[in-house]
Amino acid sequence: MTRNLTCIICPRGCSLVAEISGNEVKVTGQTCPKGEQYAIDECTNPVRTVTSIVRVTNREDTMVSCKTESPVPKDKIFEVMAIIRSTTVEAPVHIGDVLCDNVFGTKVIATKEIK
Amino acid sequence: MINHDIVIIGGGPAGMAAAIAAYDAGIKDTVILDREDSIGGILRQCIHNGFGLHKLGRELTGPEYADVYAKQVYKRGIKVYTETMVTDLSADKMVTATNREGILKIQAKAVILAMGCRERSRGALNICGSRPAGIFSAGTAQKLINCEGYAVGKRVVILGSGDIGLIMARRMSFEGAKVEAVCEIMPYSGGLTRNIVQCLEDYDIPLYLSTTVAEIHGKQRLEGVTIAQVGPDRRPIEETKRYIPCDTLLLSVGLIPENELTRTAGIPIDPVTNGAVVDENRQTAVSGIFACGNVLQVHDLVDYVSDEAEIAGNGAAAYIKGQLDSGKKATTKAGYGVRYVLPQTVSTDSDNSVSLFFRVSNPYGKVRFTVKSGDEVLATAVRLKAVPGEMEKINIPAEKLAIADGEITVSLEEL
Repeated sequence: MTRNLTCIICPRGCSLVAEISGNEVKVTGQTCPKGEQYAIDECTNPVRTVTSIVRVTNREDTMVSCKTESPVPKDKIFEVMAIIRSTTVEAPVHIGDVLCDNVFGTKVIATKEIK
Repeated sequence: MINHDIVIIGGGPAGMAAAIAAYDAGIKDTVILDREDSIGGILRQCIHNGFGLHKLGRELTGPEYADVYAKQVYKRGIKVYTETMVTDLSADKMVTATNREGILKIQAKAVILAMGCRERSRGALNICGSRPAGIFSAGTAQKLINCEGYAVGKRVVILGSGDIGLIMARRMSFEGAKVEAVCEIMPYSGGLTRNIVQCLEDYDIPLYLSTTVAEIHGKQRLEGVTIAQVGPDRRPIEETKRYIPCDTLLLSVGLIPENELTRTAGIPIDPVTNGAVVDENRQTAVSGIFACGNVLQVHDLVDYVSDEAEIAGNGAAAYIKGQLDSGKKATTKAGYGVRYVLPQTVSTDSDNSVSLFFRVSNPYGKVRFTVKSGDEVLATAVRLKAVPGEMEKINIPAEKLAIADGEITVSLEEL
């Protein structure tokens, strides 16, 4: 089976072609190794980094932006969002602070400094 | 009135990178003026990732990229005036601003314009219909959600498939809204290809090309929009009109460089980029005033903004030190297939190579870009594809610039 993909790893957006036979994926069109890995992952176990926001309870109208430290399975994105939505944090917050632990093999960490 | 050597208007990614470069080039009395309560600019609300892969070698979210630069600004002790709005700029580099302390007048030796852009509004588009609540520019919705935690709506239509529209399609989906459609008036999308994939395809959000919002319905709150396909004149085709119920309309229909101050100072503006006309040091036609970032040309990647700002920061420092030469110059021109070229003038007798930045006018497949002056070819480059939404760059080595005379044209041929 042949699949045409656009790589999303960097802004170049290389057009990739993946030849899938059983568990084997052969990739052409990549201009770097990350692209090749992306195509293989997309065909076998697609993952995405999830970015969102967490409410800072001791500051008015303030949210701290966050991300999953590593990509999570694509079909778990909305479950990750539900976990993030039910989380709150108190200032001060530093980049890298863990906001949610044990989320599908990774953590949700803060990406903004809140004084 | 006070004095500063370099005044930078805007503390977003362009302003911060320019400040760091100017400081490191020896001008310690460099200050940043920003109207918000903290520096970082538009990156503060761009919580998605994709920033910094070229410049910093790793993929960061907007706030993280901003923080890398903010930390460098504060580490050097560069003075930052926040909540400070510049209200006037003169050609002799007198900057007038207001903040909590009152009115500030600063006489600068050099000024760097880094004010970024604002968004085009519904009023500018003349969309017919009532004026209910629920209509936002995409960036306003982004700020309300990402910085203040408001849910702006539940059932969304987005007009405009530039990167902001695409990013907000995904953002609204993440927060539980139903994004019914992204409509794009052109026959192709204006955003990065990777964003079509990770923002629309991933969530089965339909993209309707050659389609616009023809009418808005709803009294107090938006109830729906009428969309329609457009013909070559980009006007709605009556028979294709279709009603989509929704409570939110996001407009992602163009960024306009905020050049009010630039015009006030009498600085010539390029009608295609809507930013100042500049040379390879990013100096405008008014000597000692430089420009960089989105206020100069709308960028796709913040990495290139930081590069451009470093050029401006170094240029402003060199200007103050009397090191900017005024030798032989050539003007750049957009040839076949190219929409604009920046910088608009280059020195041809310096020892430095120059990178030209440009955009193509239409989507193309495989192309060869050629940079020529008269009959002399200065540089060529082949790309597998080129689209208007992705800025291109070609480097011209100094020895090639030396043979340029008068005009340098960038054009393409389809392969």
